[in-house]
Amino acid sequence: MSETGSHNDMAEPEEHLPATHGAHGAEAAVPGDPFANPGHPEHEYRRQDIDEKAAKHSERVVAGLFTLSMLGTLAFITSFVIFPVDKYVYIFPLGHVSALNFSLGISLAVALLGIGTGAVHWARTLMSDEEMPDDRHQADADDELRANIEAQWKQGAKESAFGRRKLVRTTMLGALTLVPLSAVVILRDLGPMPQDKLRHTAWAKGKALINPNTNKPLRPEDIPVGSLTFAQPEGLNEEDEDFQQQIAKAALMVVRLKPEDIKDKKELDWSHQGIVAFSKICTHVGCPVSLYEQQTHHVLCPCHQSTFDLSDGARVIFGPAGHRLPQLRISVNGEGNLVAMSDFEVPVGPAFWERG
Amino acid sequence: MSTSTETSTTTRRGPKHPGQRVAEWADSRVGLYKLGKSNLRKIFPDHWSFMLGEVCLYSFTILILTGVYLTLFFHPSMNEVVYNGPYAPLQGVRMSDAYASTMHISFEVRGGLLIRQIHHWSALIFIAGMIVHMMRVFFTGAFRKPRELNWLFGWTLLFIGMFEGFTGYSLPDDLLSGTGVRFTEGAVLSTPIVGTYLSMFLFGGEFPGHNFVPIFYSVHILLLPGIMAGLLVAHLILVFYHKHTQFPGAGKTEKNVVGMPFFPIYTAKAGGFFFLVFGVIAAIAAIATINPIWTMGPYRPDQVSTGAQPDWYMGFSEGLIRVMPGWEINAWGHTLVLGVFIPLMVFPVVLAAIAVYPFIESWVTGDKSEHHLLDRPRNRPVRTGFGVAWLTLYFTLLIGGGNDLWATHFHLSIETITWSVRVGFFVLPALAYFATKRICLGLQRRDREKVLHGRETGIIKRLPHGEFIEVHEPLDQEQLHVLTAHPQPQPLEIGPEVDENGVERKVNPVTKVRARLSRNFYGEHSQIPKPTVEEYDEITSGHGHH
Repeated sequence: MSETGSHNDMAEPEEHLPATHGAHGAEAAVPGDPFANPGHPEHEYRRQDIDEKAAKHSERVVAGLFTLSMLGTLAFITSFVIFPVDKYVYIFPLGHVSALNFSLGISLAVALLGIGTGAVHWARTLMSDEEMPDDRHQADADDELRANIEAQWKQGAKESAFGRRKLVRTTMLGALTLVPLSAVVILRDLGPMPQDKLRHTAWAKGKALINPNTNKPLRPEDIPVGSLTFAQPEGLNEEDEDFQQQIAKAALMVVRLKPEDIKDKKELDWSHQGIVAFSKICTHVGCPVSLYEQQTHHVLCPCHQSTFDLSDGARVIFGPAGHRLPQLRISVNGEGNLVAMSDFEVPVGPAFWERG
Repeated sequence: MSTSTETSTTTRRGPKHPGQRVAEWADSRVGLYKLGKSNLRKIFPDHWSFMLGEVCLYSFTILILTGVYLTLFFHPSMNEVVYNGPYAPLQGVRMSDAYASTMHISFEVRGGLLIRQIHHWSALIFIAGMIVHMMRVFFTGAFRKPRELNWLFGWTLLFIGMFEGFTGYSLPDDLLSGTGVRFTEGAVLSTPIVGTYLSMFLFGGEFPGHNFVPIFYSVHILLLPGIMAGLLVAHLILVFYHKHTQFPGAGKTEKNVVGMPFFPIYTAKAGGFFFLVFGVIAAIAAIATINPIWTMGPYRPDQVSTGAQPDWYMGFSEGLIRVMPGWEINAWGHTLVLGVFIPLMVFPVVLAAIAVYPFIESWVTGDKSEHHLLDRPRNRPVRTGFGVAWLTLYFTLLIGGGNDLWATHFHLSIETITWSVRVGFFVLPALAYFATKRICLGLQRRDREKVLHGRETGIIKRLPHGEFIEVHEPLDQEQLHVLTAHPQPQPLEIGPEVDENGVERKVNPVTKVRARLSRNFYGEHSQIPKPTVEEYDEITSGHGHH
């Protein structure tokens, strides 16, 4: 390891056959085998083992770290008492942070790291660092024990008559197979049957498209060309018990295109003066699609990047979605408000087995 | 050892120390001394990589401690409330009680935010720790007999840990985590035949319903941690029972374990390390905000934030779901949602591939012997190649899971990234496998070179006749031993398929596949023959140089 040592080695490499290198424990090496295990090396003492002064120094370091930990805990308690929970301070480079969170975290870290570093330093400098071997034992029992246990097993099996009395065995297996069924059955009331719940939304013929920000019905003149507006069905309130379930299906986006830009004939038929309404719920796994690019009429789902072309029947043009966004047929009523002409014709949201 | 026995006998003669009386009380009732006989001075070998598992153990402990604290303040309820707490931007907003109580923990409970952040950071570190620990075990072959079961215990902990994390970050019912739960609904719905029913039962009706927070809560704080604690104890018992593996070195053999005793060295080192891990996580929680639910707002199914990402360990499954083409088969009035269902099924398969590897390797190589000395990864090029290929797949999917972030940060088109990940999913692991294998073989050649010709010293020597040579320093006995200690098994032979009479022998096709795989593992293209004693003697007994 030392400079001079390796220099000597290099000066006359010819004389240094490997056998002479296994200085310690060379007796373990197989004679004549240069690759044999040289055996456990002799223990090298640390400074702390031979110099009491160094050991005393280590002791002071360890004690100092433990003391630091105590100070950390005191700082933790002090911070808890003095900082109000809503006090924010500027700390470079973190910016404005909660004084309480910062001081509690740092003091807790000091308290914990003090114990940790102290204990590790103690182990590394003051406890014995002598490595020692320990024998391993295979897990396998010897043949005699194995035979003995197998005989005991056979004896027990014979006494139980499990193999002989077939009726007992068969009925027991039957009973044990059936009994977990009760655990399955009892979970039944976790939820209702699906029925046709996923096929219907809160939209129906004549229901006005409500602007969720103003709670007022949307009128065609509210929607300029190129803009995207969201809408929810008339009669649906945030306070409703089932509001979240209803909005999860009924969320709607309304876009005005130039009628000549609409490529899909059905889309054009279901629109009103170029205003088209599509389900906002992505047909992939149900995120609300909401990133609208007005030049291309593409709408992108921010979750998995499925992209739909709103000028072509909301056809999927990219991403993992499997089918178009359902369109809601709209028109205007006597008061000039946009209204739905019916519920969605196909289920909204992610596909499912019964969707067809 | 002898000194400790002496001291105990001397103290026994005198008056008993109170601690001794307690220990003897326990001994008479639970056999404490017999337990101590094999464990108190148990030898553990030292290597930095052996602490990776400890990081997992300690972060799990921190998760339990901080998790219990959080249950004291969290309300697992989806009852709607109107927020009137101190965070002004959300005042008057309707939200679930789960979200409101998480806001309460973050803004009104002193130290609540710190504990929440320690809990979340520990979860990220716990799972990262498990993956790195698993890689250590994998690349050094520590999973081999007799430790295959412990490999499975550890793998199961990782697998459950991911769902434990997912159910945990879904509890606050914020806009980001709710989006993840919505994804779960879509994934469940894609299950053929029963998907719609499962979804109804999971959410107590239609999504989102009022059930999933209490259900996730019960799973998150009781069911999964209970299973994990059991597996963890079993994992540790087996580590103690098998005794730790060790790297080859002077005095280290398959029959022994060389290191320092559990008491007092590792009680101090490992006990201290718990505080180090806890301290570092506390410091991170003090300075780095994680999961600031107040900036996201409460969950509404018709709202979403851009750049929505799951926690990192779910990222590879997110990648699978993002790059999969949207295939749907509609027939006979039913829909098979392959675009979602295939990723849902590939996700466990990717993880299972690494779980079953020990059994495949042992079957292919026919190796049924015990191993306590660790492999150097280069000496098992096929295994190392497979491991790197697996990691390549994992990280490729992780990129796919963040394709929008890669697109915005690196100004790439989302289509380019998605298509690259689609191609990379099949191509990159294969490339990584071959590259790794070649690198391993190169390193084996270098080891062989070092054994035979010594270490290059960088010193140039001019010989009397003018030739310049570089001085090579011979390795010492330990280094020679370490570089040549690994066994080099031979591939399985099925023998000639035609016997001496020209009669064709029937060979089971499975045996043929096995022999082929075995050749791949241990054939001439997969290992560089170690130097033999004769080669070494021939070179070193000559006149110094080559």
